[in-house]
Amino acid sequence: MENPLLSYTLFLADNSLITGQRLSEWCGYGPILEQDIALSNIALDHLGQARMLLQYAAEQKGEGWTEDRLAYFRDEKNFRNLLMTELPKGDWGYTVMRAFLYDTYHFYEMTGLLQSKDEQLRAIAQKAIKEIRYHAQWSAEWVIRLGDGTEESHQRVKGSLLELWPFTGEFFETDEAAIELNGRGIAPNYAHIRTQWKAKVEEVLELATLERPEDGWMQSGGRNGAHTEHMGYLLAEMQHIPRSYPDAQW
Amino acid sequence: METINFEDRFQEYVDSEQKVEPKHWMPEPYRKTLIRQISQHAHSEVVGMLPEANWISRAPSLRRKVALLAKVQDEAGHGLYLYSAAETLGADRSDLVGDLLSGKAKYSSIFNYPTRSWADIGAIGWLVDGAAIANQVMLCRTSYGPYARAMVRICKEESFHQRQGYEIMLSLCRGTKEQKEMAQDALNRWWWPSLMMFGPTDKESTNSAQSMNWKIKRKSNDELRQEFIDKTVPQAEFLGLTIPDEHLELDEKTGHYQFGPIDWEEFYQVLKGNGPCNKERLEARNKAHDDGRWVREAANAFAKKTLERKGENSAA
Repeated sequence: MENPLLSYTLFLADNSLITGQRLSEWCGYGPILEQDIALSNIALDHLGQARMLLQYAAEQKGEGWTEDRLAYFRDEKNFRNLLMTELPKGDWGYTVMRAFLYDTYHFYEMTGLLQSKDEQLRAIAQKAIKEIRYHAQWSAEWVIRLGDGTEESHQRVKGSLLELWPFTGEFFETDEAAIELNGRGIAPNYAHIRTQWKAKVEEVLELATLERPEDGWMQSGGRNGAHTEHMGYLLAEMQHIPRSYPDAQW
Repeated sequence: METINFEDRFQEYVDSEQKVEPKHWMPEPYRKTLIRQISQHAHSEVVGMLPEANWISRAPSLRRKVALLAKVQDEAGHGLYLYSAAETLGADRSDLVGDLLSGKAKYSSIFNYPTRSWADIGAIGWLVDGAAIANQVMLCRTSYGPYARAMVRICKEESFHQRQGYEIMLSLCRGTKEQKEMAQDALNRWWWPSLMMFGPTDKESTNSAQSMNWKIKRKSNDELRQEFIDKTVPQAEFLGLTIPDEHLELDEKTGHYQFGPIDWEEFYQVLKGNGPCNKERLEARNKAHDDGRWVREAANAFAKKTLERKGENSAA
């Protein structure tokens, strides 16, 4: 097994990288110019966080690893991101619903990391937490606006919520690495995060006049590199230039 | 009885280098010219996002990805300032956008060319933003106050973009053989369209004389084009790239570069809608607008509900 801290750092890094990659697809195509700008800003935050985390992971790996080598030269099975982050962007309602479910989780996760005994992770969390608080507010506001907007917007986000719900179970899975790191005070307690997440999600969904779906069968696999079919296309697009010219510097 | 000629007084005011502000009296053709020019400029920023956004998902390093995304986001911001500047003249943003979507309004033809390789992102930053800056630096002194002020902000960001573009070219030119070929190919394709960005020659330019009188423009198309060429040729030499013009030659007497004939037929064809990407660009803007309709409707409906609830609360 890879060392638990490295494995956990990559998990955090890949969530940010893949989220940033997906959100940046909206740039130039938003429903209104102001929101195009807002979402690009959020994508930039995620990519900035991904870079800090990948640099930290590269430092742990040593032997000539860099943020770019980690982003562009790892195969799909070595990416650890949550399945939800790699799903195609869908319509605006799907994008903001996913953002809301994930950002809320991400906010509590990073809040936990503010207490991490790992100095680097703590420093990254301190830098990122303000951004993430804004993301969570922004996406919650959009979920409320669309849920309580028109009949059409209500139906659309309701459908997105149902589609996305089975991907929320994976947020709180704890593998060996996470358990060990929690024991050492490095990673937060994900059971605790789950309680906080659930309360916040219920509060916002109620304001959005949406019902929380029942917990049924939950999708799983991202942490272990077992991804959806969408991941291959995402990586093919993202990685193809550096892989076509492996000796080049850009 | 002495009659006061408003037009003459306006011209005197402009000639004395004072700025025209939204509430001042202005000749109707001045207002119309500005609305047309500013809104075309705004549309160019927004449509111009598309060819570059094309490469965000494929940027070859994370540093480049972040820089490109931030750059394209800046263009959206420029679009917003400019639509606001046009609104100070009494135009309505949704009407202006409507004219873009219907194909009635124009935007810079340069964005109807495709971005085929990563080097195009470097070439656009270097050449297209470079040409835009030449024009925009002049517009920082334009006679209409809100436009001049928007330009000051925009110019600062644009010169940053241009440096980024040039830096991409520099990395490519110092890189592998394939990278250098990529850079040369991009220069070959973007050079002539960049020169066309300054518009027709002074002899052919229909709107220029009046715009110069009103001090909306302060330099002619040909002057700006020459400035751009003089500045850019040494930059290409530094990169070790060849400008695709066999007639290009420094005139020792004037210190200016002489250049070969521009293919104006191509310019007018792209302007008419026959460029390689005119159709895609307009379709992409229309699709984004149509796909966003339900979102805008929902946001308006929610805003209205919120207002009504506030009203109920304060009544109670």
